[in-house]
Amino acid sequence: MDNLIEIKDVTKLYIMGLEELYALKGVNVNIAKNEYVAIMGPSGSGKSTLMNIIGCLDTPTAGEYKLNGKNVNEMEDDELAEIRNKEIGFVFQTFNLLPRINALNNVELPLIYSGKSKDERIELAENALINVGLEDRMTHKPNELSGGQRQRVAIARALVNNPSIILADEPTGNLDTKTGDEIMNLFEELWSKGNTIIIVTHEEEIAQNAHRIIKIRDGLIADDYLSEKGKRIAEQNNMIKSTN
Amino acid sequence: MNFFSEIKENIVISYQAINSNKLRSLLATLGIVIGITAVTLMQTAIEGINLAFEKSIAAVGADVLYVQKFEWFGKEDWTFYKNRKELTMEQYDFLNKNSQTATVMAPSTGVTRTVKYQDLALQNVFILGTTYEYQEVSGFNMIEGRYFTQRESQGGYPVCVIGTDISDAFFENTDPIGKTIKLGNFNFTVIGVIEKQGSLLGLFSLDNRVIIPLERFFSLFGDKRGLTYNIKAADINNVEETKEEVRWIMRKARKVPYGQPDDFGVNAQEAFKSTYESLTGLIKIIGTMITGLSLIVGSIGIANIMFVSVKERTKEVGIRKALGARRSTILSQFLIESSMICLMGGFIGLLISFPISLIIDAFVLPTAMPLWIVVLSLFISLMFGILAGFFPAYTAAKMDPVDSLRYE
Repeated sequence: MDNLIEIKDVTKLYIMGLEELYALKGVNVNIAKNEYVAIMGPSGSGKSTLMNIIGCLDTPTAGEYKLNGKNVNEMEDDELAEIRNKEIGFVFQTFNLLPRINALNNVELPLIYSGKSKDERIELAENALINVGLEDRMTHKPNELSGGQRQRVAIARALVNNPSIILADEPTGNLDTKTGDEIMNLFEELWSKGNTIIIVTHEEEIAQNAHRIIKIRDGLIADDYLSEKGKRIAEQNNMIKSTN
Repeated sequence: MNFFSEIKENIVISYQAINSNKLRSLLATLGIVIGITAVTLMQTAIEGINLAFEKSIAAVGADVLYVQKFEWFGKEDWTFYKNRKELTMEQYDFLNKNSQTATVMAPSTGVTRTVKYQDLALQNVFILGTTYEYQEVSGFNMIEGRYFTQRESQGGYPVCVIGTDISDAFFENTDPIGKTIKLGNFNFTVIGVIEKQGSLLGLFSLDNRVIIPLERFFSLFGDKRGLTYNIKAADINNVEETKEEVRWIMRKARKVPYGQPDDFGVNAQEAFKSTYESLTGLIKIIGTMITGLSLIVGSIGIANIMFVSVKERTKEVGIRKALGARRSTILSQFLIESSMICLMGGFIGLLISFPISLIIDAFVLPTAMPLWIVVLSLFISLMFGILAGFFPAYTAAKMDPVDSLRYE
């Protein structure tokens, strides 16, 4: 299987005054298309830095990062912006919707930056909102929506440009358990439709929804294994293969 | 994303931003409103003063030359000109005979006297003695009666034409034609009234005059007074040519030796204009600069607000960047926002200054707000918007997406 993400010996160095701090100390990860991965770790472990690098919000100090065959580590700001626009759909803990504009306009944003026409944008944004079950909330502004609905808008926005990866940073962190479960079910559904999903979390329970768990500690990968769910799926796949 | 659709989208975004911060945007743009109001009113006033000036020197025809021993706005002391020899009738005849480029000319001289009609009297009325050609040179029309004829002029008949001020003072309810008025001690018959001509620079009324035949003037008030030769050039676009010709004939007539300066002046409207321009030019520049200063102060206000706005929307910038906005997109978003605020200010400024200019026009001095001022002031607002917005927008554009997303 082709790797969608290839991370090789990636380090990230922060210099704060006279102090040098390695947030990542040589990380190697490959993630294939249509995987469902959780990146776990306590705060300060380097998981946010890894997420920022995977999301092309930041570049590694050293090492190599290939996304969809493209070498990202040497890109300029504007090229990174284009990659973020086309390849990555972000879902944040605090939703990060623009407060002044309605749900539809929020979902429209990535399409504006990829230069789609108004008509096309409206159509795609409406479809994305329908897919997350918000067909009757399109003209509501974020402050007129519940937390779960806001996160659905954010997911619709992440999906609208048909990216290679959905990158979710603590997507249930600001939601109650019930709403959180609904959102996790939505991710499962998106995965089954062929999306690649990476969730960053520090909650074991949330991580168990994913099929593969990567644990980070002190800037290194401490563990990389299949979750219970992942094992079941792997077994099913093997059964299918052996019956063939 | 192509340039125009980016601008279009950013206009929409900026509109939303301004709309959600109406009061702040309005206060921010107040400086620009005041600046544009000041600049446009200043320019409108300058236009008005120019118009008023043009109008007030219209009595001095643009194609008329005035040969006198004095030079208008000459550099020398007044006594220097006063000691020159007077211009005489002999010299006039010589000039009249030899000039090729003048259409018509008339000599004139004047004196100030009290003018009486029955028991009414007007003091300090200017009595102008001239010939029948004078009307054609000056180009005025008669509202009543007629100007005097060649026969009356050369024969020195006791007839006169009067200005409207005199006509209004003496003949409010009666027909002035045929009435006898006293110029000093001498009786004259009124044969015509000149249309209202206004005054020269608001100082010297042209309507408070009585015009009589020069021959009569000489015999009553003496013929030793210096003359003015009023000369109408054949071609308004070639007044200079006539001026040069008149100069050379006059030098010959007055026997000015070769190499010596003229001992007379060939005066024209142009002298007023150049003096006016040298007097007011600096005032205009300073006025424009001072009012321009208020625009700069205004744009500093906009820059300040834009810095606050960018800081406040750090998170928004982070979100937009995460979703794929380039640096240039963010830059243009904030530039367009500040330009729109400034343009709005310019627009409000025009909305304020236009009615004020109408009020000035109606009550103070005739003026007009020309279209170029409107276009220019909107353009200036736009420029100041871009100027004021640049550094805040640049700050936003180079924000780090990770840091700005984390900003609360």
